Amino acid sequence: MLSNYGKIAVDSLWHNNPILVQLLGLCPLLAVSSTFINSLGLGIATTLVLIGSNVTVSMIRHKVKQELRIPIFVMVIASFVTIVELAMNAYLHELYKILGIFIPLIVTNCVIIARAEAFASKNDMKSSFIDGLTMGLGFTFILLLLGSMREIIGQGTLFSQAHLMFGEGFREMQVTLISDYSGFLLAILPPGAFIGIGLLIALRNVIEQKRKARLARQPVLPVAEHNQA
Amino acid sequence: MSLYSPSSPHFHADNSVTQVMLKVLVALVPGIALYVVFFGFGIIFNILLAVITALGCEAIMLKLRKRPVLPFLYDGSALVTAVLLAISIPSIAPWWIIFIGVAFAIVIAKHLYGGLGYNPFNPAMVGYAMLLISYPKEMTNWALTISNTNNYLGPWDSLLVFLKDKHGFDGISGATPLDYLKTQLNLDMTIAEAMQHSSFGLLGGSGFEWISLAFLAGGIWLIKQKIINWHIPVSFLASLFIIALIFYFIDSDRYASPVFHIISGASILGAFFIATDPVSAATTVRGRIIYGAGIGVLIYVIRTWGGYPDAVAFAVLLMNMCAPTIDYYTKPKPYGH
Repeated sequence: MLSNYGKIAVDSLWHNNPILVQLLGLCPLLAVSSTFINSLGLGIATTLVLIGSNVTVSMIRHKVKQELRIPIFVMVIASFVTIVELAMNAYLHELYKILGIFIPLIVTNCVIIARAEAFASKNDMKSSFIDGLTMGLGFTFILLLLGSMREIIGQGTLFSQAHLMFGEGFREMQVTLISDYSGFLLAILPPGAFIGIGLLIALRNVIEQKRKARLARQPVLPVAEHNQA
Repeated sequence: MSLYSPSSPHFHADNSVTQVMLKVLVALVPGIALYVVFFGFGIIFNILLAVITALGCEAIMLKLRKRPVLPFLYDGSALVTAVLLAISIPSIAPWWIIFIGVAFAIVIAKHLYGGLGYNPFNPAMVGYAMLLISYPKEMTNWALTISNTNNYLGPWDSLLVFLKDKHGFDGISGATPLDYLKTQLNLDMTIAEAMQHSSFGLLGGSGFEWISLAFLAGGIWLIKQKIINWHIPVSFLASLFIIALIFYFIDSDRYASPVFHIISGASILGAFFIATDPVSAATTVRGRIIYGAGIGVLIYVIRTWGGYPDAVAFAVLLMNMCAPTIDYYTKPKPYGH
């Protein structure tokens, strides 16, 4: 059973990564990934909603009529988004203001509805939980990668405004990687997000091609060893 | 790679890509020479660094893409991109501006789209737009003409400015005429009042007007050499002239004269050297006319009501986007259909 969950995780993180492979949820990704902390905020919010909606949809999957499933899924997702939104508004108010409309817009994030429809409505609760968690992590991971890329190139820092997320004590967390840097505005602006995500997808494709070529050269491994790898 | 195309037309001109590109470079020489006369030697360093960067990036990208390096390096297209971008950038810009702009143009705008012949956007203008958006301060700081400054930058001074970000030089930079005009108009001055300023010459900006005329001469030579067609430059300048004329008649206090628009900024350079890029422009005859006219109108609109003083790069990029659609709808009917 464990290997099954492992497969779900590897699938969501690499083979079927929501951003790099499925290209889902690009709108919030491109809009808020201008710094590491913004990315982290949105990534965690999306992951929480994804886990909640996946588990709930999986729980009610036998009770929901086929014809009504989409509106019901959307209502489930919207409830979780509302919870996350209110929580962020209460505890991470400054970050909430920066992310703005993109928190409520998680409702329309296609990753979430896609996972509810394609996975949670067909699988048991535990697998759906793993799927939601790992898909969310896959989303968050790319979001963080893009966020750090844009922040480093755009303003030469990393983890700036960390106090918005972790409280005042973390204000010093900001790392200035390039001192006396005049900034590269394009990376902060939307074109930088598009170019950045394009480069990340290209990078993934290169790695994947290399991996496939290596696998093709090697003789087929016995199943047990393959899983360890 | 074979460029031979088996479909009609079956007559081929003698021009190879290399010859075309070299002739374009030759046509730019008079304008560049006048540039040195009026604004100092900075432009020479810009061009040198741009060329070195472009050839380096081109070679690296060709290597990465597993294409033959030397034949593509010799075709000169990277050279033209580099030189066009270098003369669009202020001559007193620091060296890293040129480096970043040219590298972006060659790597992102040209090779990531598939290299020469496949790039939907004019690489030089992509580089320029990127720089203008990212470094507005450095990109709008132009050298003053010799008539306006006591600090004419000779080769040595220019090199210092180029390498050290103009420490120790005062009063060498200022706004371009288009920029100045825009600021003054926002201060409720009339055109006539603003044009009293010493940065204006007979027709446009002092210095700039002669450079534009030199580019005009180079462009006409290119048309005579059949390197470029007349359609794009003529429709470009005509549409810019007409729309400027209309607004000039409506209110000559608030809208600059059509001649000023044509002779200022990068209009002439854009019309003959940038908009005519054979890869990213429209290719049918009617298409070229629509394409050129679109650029002319967009330039006027962005210059007059937009946030940036000059608009050739944005106008060209926007029309580059439209070029495939324009070509689709202006496809000439084959004889007999």
